[in-house]
Amino acid sequence: MGKKILLEHIDVPGIDTYDVYRKQGGYTAVEKALKTMTPDSVVEEVKKAGVRGRGGAGFPMGMKWSFLAKPEGVPRYLVCNADESEPGTFKDHYLMKHIPHLLIEGMIVSSFALGANKSFIYVRGELMYVIRILEKAIAEAKAAGFLGKNIMGSGYDLELVVQPGGGAYICGEETALLESLEGKRGNPRNKPPFPAVKGLYQSPTVVNNVESISTTPWIINNGGDAYAAIGIGRSTGTKLISASGHINKPGVYEIELGVSVEDFIYADEWCGGIRPGHKLKAVVAGGSSVPILPANLILNLANGDKRLMSYESLSDGGFATGTMLGSGGFIVMDETACVVRNTWNFSRFYHHESCGQCSPCREGTGWMEKVLHRIEHGHGSLHDIDLLVDVAKKIEGNTICPLGDAAAWPVGSAIRHFRDEFEWHINHPVEATQPGAVYRGEMALV
Amino acid sequence: MEDNKPQLVKVTVDGIEVEVEPGTTILQAARKIGPEVAPPAMCYYQPLKGSGGKCRACLVKVAAGSAKDPRPMPKLVASCITPVQDGMVVENTTSPQVLEARKGVVEFLLINHPLDCPVCDQAGECDLQNFAFEHGAAKTRYEEERRTFDKHDLGPYIQLHMTRCILCYRCVFTADQITNKRVHGVMNRGDHAEISTYIEKAIDNDFSGNVIDVCPVGALTDKTYRFKNRVWFSRPVDAHRDCPTCSGKVTLWYRGEEVIRVTARKNEWNEVNEFICNTCRFETKKTSDWVIEGPTKIARSSVITANKYRADTIKPDFVSRLAAANYKPIDDTRDTSQLSIQQLPPERFASSN
Repeated sequence: MGKKILLEHIDVPGIDTYDVYRKQGGYTAVEKALKTMTPDSVVEEVKKAGVRGRGGAGFPMGMKWSFLAKPEGVPRYLVCNADESEPGTFKDHYLMKHIPHLLIEGMIVSSFALGANKSFIYVRGELMYVIRILEKAIAEAKAAGFLGKNIMGSGYDLELVVQPGGGAYICGEETALLESLEGKRGNPRNKPPFPAVKGLYQSPTVVNNVESISTTPWIINNGGDAYAAIGIGRSTGTKLISASGHINKPGVYEIELGVSVEDFIYADEWCGGIRPGHKLKAVVAGGSSVPILPANLILNLANGDKRLMSYESLSDGGFATGTMLGSGGFIVMDETACVVRNTWNFSRFYHHESCGQCSPCREGTGWMEKVLHRIEHGHGSLHDIDLLVDVAKKIEGNTICPLGDAAAWPVGSAIRHFRDEFEWHINHPVEATQPGAVYRGEMALV
Repeated sequence: MEDNKPQLVKVTVDGIEVEVEPGTTILQAARKIGPEVAPPAMCYYQPLKGSGGKCRACLVKVAAGSAKDPRPMPKLVASCITPVQDGMVVENTTSPQVLEARKGVVEFLLINHPLDCPVCDQAGECDLQNFAFEHGAAKTRYEEERRTFDKHDLGPYIQLHMTRCILCYRCVFTADQITNKRVHGVMNRGDHAEISTYIEKAIDNDFSGNVIDVCPVGALTDKTYRFKNRVWFSRPVDAHRDCPTCSGKVTLWYRGEEVIRVTARKNEWNEVNEFICNTCRFETKKTSDWVIEGPTKIARSSVITANKYRADTIKPDFVSRLAAANYKPIDDTRDTSQLSIQQLPPERFASSN
């Protein structure tokens, strides 16, 4: 059994209530931090832990915290990004729904570390029932004296606000989230200035993912070094993986970073293998925006070594033979999945969710979707494949926020690794448009 | 003289060195060198705070971040919002990567643009036309249907053609910054985003007409001037009047003896110098209302005005003489007298040379 940090008490009945959570050792990190530690020493522990942002970018959280500007007389804010909308990722939802107090405890500790007296949890609007769960948990924590004025006599005040979003994917981008939180249209801001200097209401702000913040109670209780001892290399700690697709046991799993991809897919502890009678064709390893990899490349590196579930190993080989850990949305496809249709579906999502602010993303996502739609429905031509590659290349890196990259990567990688399948769709439009038709040509299935 | 300004930073754009104040953007530094190296700007508008960064037309490559940290920046950056550092080396037209990206931006801007230049009032003074002429490809690879929008009426003065819009947000910034209440904005998301008022409202404000001047394309045009003329048939003349609400400094556009349009004066980057009020723009169209200063110097280049409106070197009657020399009768029954440009009587120019 791997080490469990976030989901340690997930099976305890009633863990979503304050009393049960407290009995399981909840809020001890708040007590420890506020009574025995200074904000700087909390930041130091998180830095030592080396925990990397769990929202997708993988930026070290301690480093992000230390970049926070601290001008006199200006409030600082901590914002929790719970606008989890990436197709294939559902870990934050699971965490907030089952152990809301873990996030709240993490928010208190993190806000204390950053010197924020008002912190926000921005939850995507579709999850109204989760917002109610969080609000109930906040009320319980407040009644127990862990929120509000002068928490446990330490002189530290904290108010926690849950803000429902409007359900836009783009509001998961940190600056768009801040705009939305301010009550404006959720358009990403130009950077610089970064949120650490000018964020919410032009004040220094840290935006962290739900899972990142939820690791802080354990780090405070057990020390940053203990956390850093878990995992592999610079990928420290554990990660929640949302496994979905053609596997026997889809769901949210907490893994110690460094588990091999093969074990993760086939071991009974986790996904339990591909559904009976089928073979692995491809995996999208980190949520819809990361490059798709065929079976042989997801299980092994280009040099033949086993690929591991870690930030470094998954991105080994760059985009030519690698992908990214991203937000941990692990989508497994067997040979009955059509990559063209899947790519079109992803493209449709990004077309729908582009904010429309900068031209490459606004126009390019729509264009790619239309071309992919054409290919999927048997009206494509061979030069459409090169056109897609070119359009994706012209979006990538040229946009204000990473949504442009997120829209371009799945298309570019699908063509890079499954070009045959695209060509088959174009050359055999009648067969390819039959219901359930999938390319069965030569490819490495495992 | 350098001694009392020790703060200046050195930037190199396309191999040309320039000294600018710290905090200047790359685009402004390049503009200081000259139009040859200045990146195109479709959404950035210097008088409007917060504009820029959206169209990605001004992307440049930063080959060296600064003298202290000479590493190149990993991505192309939007020059209009990126401040310069001392010792920064910028590649604009000398970088094939930049030109390629710019070609991409033109293509993206044009795939849903109606390309109705022959009937568009903006043609001839259109930023997108200039940009596409300079950087775009002659052919389109877009086979799909172009997007269309429902029509919105913005009142008696401003005509909205949403299909032409490139969503630069300039008009939104204008309404935010020079009027006291903005009633229009961007609605919807992605490529369905559109400039609109919420539930069909007329834009009614003394300075609303300025959105026409800031619009880089023909999405917002002057209703009182609509379909009356082509830009290159009219002659711009600087004039002013004593206006109680604005500076009253304008450019009058003559066709024959008639003032057919009034706009604010623009600088060489096609940016408005001083915003003008609606009374001057839409309702004061008699020569007798104005004090004429002289022919407008059009310094900016444009597809159609290039080499044509150099008023500083070319005598005002040049155009009409040119037109007369090249005049060929068209074989139809139209009244061609309106097509030739008549010379204004010299007393119109208060300071005519």
